Amino acid sequence: MTGRTYVSARINGEQRDFLVEPRQSLLETLRDELGMTGAKEGCNNGNCGACNVIVNGSLVNACCVLGVECNGAEIVTIEGVADGETLHPLQTSFLENAALQCGICTPGFIVAAKALLDKEPDADEARIRHWLAGNLCRCTGYDKIVRAVLDAADDMRRAPAKA
Amino acid sequence: MVTTSKPEYKVIGTRPVRPDGVDKVTGRAQYGADIKQQGALAGRVLRSPHAHANLKKIDASKALALDGVKAVVTARDIVGPDGDLSKLPDPAANILAGTKVLYRGHAVAAVAAINDHVAQEALKLIEVEYEVLPAVLDVREAMRPDAPILHEALRTRAPTGPSEGPSNVVAQTVSAFGDIEAGFAECDVIVEREFSTKMVHQGYIEPQAATAHWNSDDQLTIWTCTQGSFPARESVSQILGHPISKIKVIPTEIGGGFGGKISVYLEPVAALLSRATGKPVSMRMDRTDVFEGTGPTPGTNIRIKLGATKDGKLRAAYGDMAYENGAYPGSAAMYATMVVTAAYQIEHVKFDGFDVVVNKPRTQDYRAPSAPAAAFAMEQLIDEIADQLKIDPLKFRLMNSAAEGSRGPMGMPFKRIGHEECVEAALNSPHYNTPLEGPNRGRGVASGFWFNVGLRSSVNVSVQPDGTVNLNEGNTDIGGTRASLAMQLAETLGITFEDVKATVVDTDSVGVNDVTAGSRVTFASGMAVHEAGKNLIAALKERLAPTWQTTPDEVQFEAGVFKNADGSKTMTFKEAAVATVGRGVGLTVSGSVNAGFLAGGGFAHHIVDVEVDPDTGKTTILRYTAIQDAGTAVHPAYVEGQMQGGAVQGIGWALNEEYYYDDTGRMANSSFLDYRIPTSLDVPMIETIIVEVPNPLHPFGVRGVGEPGIVPPLAAIANAVARATGVRQTQLPMSPRRILETTRGIA
Amino acid sequence: MQALEYVAPASLDEAVAALAKHGATARVLAGGTDVIIQAREGRRQVGVMVDIKGIKEATSFSFGSDGSLTVGAAAPCARLYGDAEVQKRFPALVDSASLIGGIQIQSRASLGGNLCNSSPAADSIPTLIALGGVCNIIGPSGKRDVPVEDFCTAPGQNVLQAGELLVSITFPAPAANSGAAFERFIPRNEMDIAVVNAAASVALSADGSKFESARIAVGAVAPTPLYVKAAGDALAGKPVSEATIDAAAAAASDAAKPITDMRGSAAQRKHLAGVLTKHVINTAIARAKGA
Repeated sequence: MTGRTYVSARINGEQRDFLVEPRQSLLETLRDELGMTGAKEGCNNGNCGACNVIVNGSLVNACCVLGVECNGAEIVTIEGVADGETLHPLQTSFLENAALQCGICTPGFIVAAKALLDKEPDADEARIRHWLAGNLCRCTGYDKIVRAVLDAADDMRRAPAKA
Repeated sequence: MVTTSKPEYKVIGTRPVRPDGVDKVTGRAQYGADIKQQGALAGRVLRSPHAHANLKKIDASKALALDGVKAVVTARDIVGPDGDLSKLPDPAANILAGTKVLYRGHAVAAVAAINDHVAQEALKLIEVEYEVLPAVLDVREAMRPDAPILHEALRTRAPTGPSEGPSNVVAQTVSAFGDIEAGFAECDVIVEREFSTKMVHQGYIEPQAATAHWNSDDQLTIWTCTQGSFPARESVSQILGHPISKIKVIPTEIGGGFGGKISVYLEPVAALLSRATGKPVSMRMDRTDVFEGTGPTPGTNIRIKLGATKDGKLRAAYGDMAYENGAYPGSAAMYATMVVTAAYQIEHVKFDGFDVVVNKPRTQDYRAPSAPAAAFAMEQLIDEIADQLKIDPLKFRLMNSAAEGSRGPMGMPFKRIGHEECVEAALNSPHYNTPLEGPNRGRGVASGFWFNVGLRSSVNVSVQPDGTVNLNEGNTDIGGTRASLAMQLAETLGITFEDVKATVVDTDSVGVNDVTAGSRVTFASGMAVHEAGKNLIAALKERLAPTWQTTPDEVQFEAGVFKNADGSKTMTFKEAAVATVGRGVGLTVSGSVNAGFLAGGGFAHHIVDVEVDPDTGKTTILRYTAIQDAGTAVHPAYVEGQMQGGAVQGIGWALNEEYYYDDTGRMANSSFLDYRIPTSLDVPMIETIIVEVPNPLHPFGVRGVGEPGIVPPLAAIANAVARATGVRQTQLPMSPRRILETTRGIA
Repeated sequence: MQALEYVAPASLDEAVAALAKHGATARVLAGGTDVIIQAREGRRQVGVMVDIKGIKEATSFSFGSDGSLTVGAAAPCARLYGDAEVQKRFPALVDSASLIGGIQIQSRASLGGNLCNSSPAADSIPTLIALGGVCNIIGPSGKRDVPVEDFCTAPGQNVLQAGELLVSITFPAPAANSGAAFERFIPRNEMDIAVVNAAASVALSADGSKFESARIAVGAVAPTPLYVKAAGDALAGKPVSEATIDAAAAAASDAAKPITDMRGSAAQRKHLAGVLTKHVINTAIARAKGA
């Protein structure tokens, strides 16, 4: 057993103070210490994207970040993508396009797609496929996911206030 | 969509948002590893580093001495202090090895500790003494008389009786019709080849995870991401000798399965650890555990000889099909011999199937189990004959297609099926009618068949005071079945989709349900839902009749409306429900069916264009069209999703996926980095054409759609690569390495 | 994962002191995309993670007045390839930095981390070699410089001594009429370790007809990424022609001494070393002419 370290970070806009062991990843920190199980463990070695979160504006695999590294960080997880009860256009689009089957990869895809559209609202199919290549889905064959992101981008361009 | 003819439906055929959707896009849905019980311990499994060894001794004393470790269990905890470990029956021995480990990754012990890190540290402190034995990894080598034997007690089941001595061949099965020698004598063209495929994994993104709590009153509760909560309860009961009446399985959301989450792995182990510690124990696998310790699908070696007359009629087929079962007996080859020619009318056939144990993980089903490898062989030979006869490969398939009344895979005639319609849809598709131009490119097609199964389903439906209904079902929802079942109930009752609330419930709360597998839930649970709907209508007729001063027989129900004989009194379903339940008394009905083993069969046909880089051997999928008979597409978007998902899994299987073993029997690529499932950059959009030839076995004509879509891709891509390169591919995966070897001799 | 400690020094001196204090079990943490996984999977024994992302020299990158570029060892790939000047002057670095893992990895992974991980298949090292990169190392006994081609010594091993730290890598200003490129071959289009990778940097005569000089490196074909001097020599002073380029590709293929493993066969890798060398030389020529 080693000591635990005090970490203070803003998660989904709320200040959170917590203790972690240095060996705990950000993914474990979120899931086991903070009770936020939206980010999923699919591989625990940076190869599937199911644990994607945004740290200081950058998309990361939460399994490849230590919790202790996040002192002072601004973190967005799947739990913070919707605005209260109002779904983000990506969330609505995933539902309307049937872009999920089992749904385990969905939080990672939505967070990754949000990170893309926040930076590149005009991303086309090729760009979306490239950006999402670090997120594995085994159910859908990606077709409906890519269409959902294209549709959401379209919606967000039409009604930017909603995003 | 290509539809033969079907009734006008109001709800079926629409595309509503699934009831579990919002939870899944917001991260609220609870999957296997998301279950957090108060005071739960973390459990981890120690796995064999050897492919084949006698298990001499397990000493856990150092692990138990580690601060934070609460218990260690082994197979001894299953058989008890006086039990005979060498007689541990098969399902239990795969959960925790008895006297022998049969594959690398075979579980030998498990630890419960205060957290996952401590549990993993403790695994390193368990001392296991192995006596390493020679291992056999290849199916044909395992069949040789001098091969290392996995199970001393195993005798081959064969038509001629059991083998005399121990063998790795579990069974030799034969599927034969007609006179094979006479058949080949009629043929003008005969092709014959040997094919082989490697073990592959379902690749679900959610690793297995389970939590168990063995209460002091002996009530055992298990939370697990299973494809079958009732079968899981049965297995745990069998393995632990604990009555099912004292086991409750609560299914969580499930992050993919494709057949790989039918069997239990962690559930009984977590239960043992919980019994030992008195606390809830949560266990999950890491990705390497999943590859090494769960059930992939068999590697195969298949030899087929196929003959046709010069006017293009297939007359005879012979095959010898050897399938790896992994460490314990299975039946993949038996199924393969039945499905291999199912899409065609061939009078004279004989297929020998060999199910064989090897020192690899015990195999499990993976979407249309056994059929993709069989089609990889058969559909390439079909193409070769069509080429030799200079007949368009689709027209050749149509000329020989199975149809209603022709002999089905077990000898019984097919009922109405849609293979011809699928091939015709391919012939008429935009894809097939667009010429493919450019160097190093080729187009391939292939057909696929899967039985689909029926089995047992039960649902409960209760009417709410506001006239809506709650549908409680017992099959875990792996890809939208809450929606597809709610839609069938809404259609039956003449209400809207929004008026049905579908929930997956635990094993204490609904009648028995078989697995979420075999493409059966929308089909068989759909029948149960329809049954429940009819029961509900009958119950409401009983309630309405007295108030309308008539008899229940005189009350009619049509298009969602109850009316009396002369039509002077009418009530919608919802009005009737409010009147009799909202202002009366509660009403719950159930629907239970056993839909039998066969469910009408499903066919698919795929078209693919590829380009093969002659310098690197890499194959790029340029365009892909999946066509499938859905019977009636209840939720067309989910049907398309099954077709697209199956196609892309097939693309991965065809091009890059394989269990890559080193000389010691270790899987060298047990990560998502090196086990190469397709990414979004590896595939184009997958075009879909849903064919609807209603299934006569189902009230709404539904066919299972989950499985047939993975059958054609391996062969379709091989046929395309053969046209692009001029070289026939007989081994999977058709990786860049393999293509360079076969096209350029770079080996 | 084994228990570990975490320290985050704010200066190079503090980092050196921390590394000295904790000895052989200390590992530098930059993006962590390799070292965190290796520690978790028990492939590296790590007692203390020394996070250098709070140190300016290690996380920034800047151009010298002579046109050289110095990249901090922990500067994330995404920041590097997103920089307009880097894109213009060092497109080969962009090739490499944008291929290391997916987007999620690139926001954390760095060239320095990729180099210190010292994988034979690392996707940045051939480029760092071809561009003539020099490692700026600091340690208990002061600073030293090591050319990138001399940095790796075996799979996962390099010249860094206990207590030493890679601070940054410096690339000389590209010569006139020069261009460089990197390419890798993987069976998928993303999320793979290179079967083979290659980088070339060429300087042409003013009229573009002749190679003045060239540096070629190939990866995943030997225990360390290979600087193939013979391939560069096959180009230097020769006309820009298919025959010359083929000769250089043949030299790279000859130099390759690959193994067979789950990622590729020895014969396949030897063949691909030639194929990729040819590709990167042609791209480098096009960039030299386009500049």
